[in-house]
Amino acid sequence: MADYWNIAPGMESALKECFTRDVEADVTLEFSIPEKDFNNAGKGSSEVKNLLKRLGVDSEVLRRIAVASYEAEINVAAHSIGGKMTSLIYDDRIHIKFEDKGPGIADIKQAMVPGFSTADDLVREFGFGAGLGLPNIEKNSDALHISSEAGHPTLVEFLIFFT
Amino acid sequence: MTLREIVALLDAEVLGAEVDLDRQVPCAFASDLISDILMCTKEPTLLLTGLTNNQVVRLSDMIDLIAIVFVRGKRPLQDVIEMAEERGLPIIASKMTLYRCSGILYNAGLRSCKI
Repeated sequence: MADYWNIAPGMESALKECFTRDVEADVTLEFSIPEKDFNNAGKGSSEVKNLLKRLGVDSEVLRRIAVASYEAEINVAAHSIGGKMTSLIYDDRIHIKFEDKGPGIADIKQAMVPGFSTADDLVREFGFGAGLGLPNIEKNSDALHISSEAGHPTLVEFLIFFT
Repeated sequence: MTLREIVALLDAEVLGAEVDLDRQVPCAFASDLISDILMCTKEPTLLLTGLTNNQVVRLSDMIDLIAIVFVRGKRPLQDVIEMAEERGLPIIASKMTLYRCSGILYNAGLRSCKI
């Protein structure tokens, strides 16, 4: 499997530990994301945002979380054969994982280039397929990890701190 | 600029339930691509778009949209109008093109939103 990391220099070990360390979250939310279900895609991200709003998270941080989460949720609906999102909420941060059942990303580096898209016509009709999904996730998150390969499931996960 | 002035400048129609047209609009963004629109994370924004599906209204759950102007005479389906009503999101329809709507509002002093 190919791995892609975007973590600020100097923070590698601390943030990679946040991704991998098995600490029980204060709140865990899980939503399934069916393939091409654009009537419901985005609901999971809305609910996570509403919950964090009630918890008093700053509004600009909230928008960053919502945009990164929504882009990733749409990616699973648009490009995979279905998957799920799991939101792990801690007192200082959120860790959201998007795991799908394939078919995988052949070249992650290319998928990160703004404007590059493999979206089909149905997806584009909805206004998706700008080729900005992964770049928007990277721009709005504090740390991003992608693990994928053609013919395999994809994992996209990111961390955003509340302050 | 208020929503009321925007409706007048764009010769537009307010769809759905009655809304507060005296709300101030500081800035705007125009696009038919969802990921482009999601670049507006910095401040409350008026959106001008030709997209009329439910995901455009869903975007207002993620970012702070003051109102949506549907351009080129496009009209959303009733379920999309209802989604906007549930959120208290004003929706406006103009027959003008995206370019013309943007030009008129820009000339009237409405600035671009920060991205």
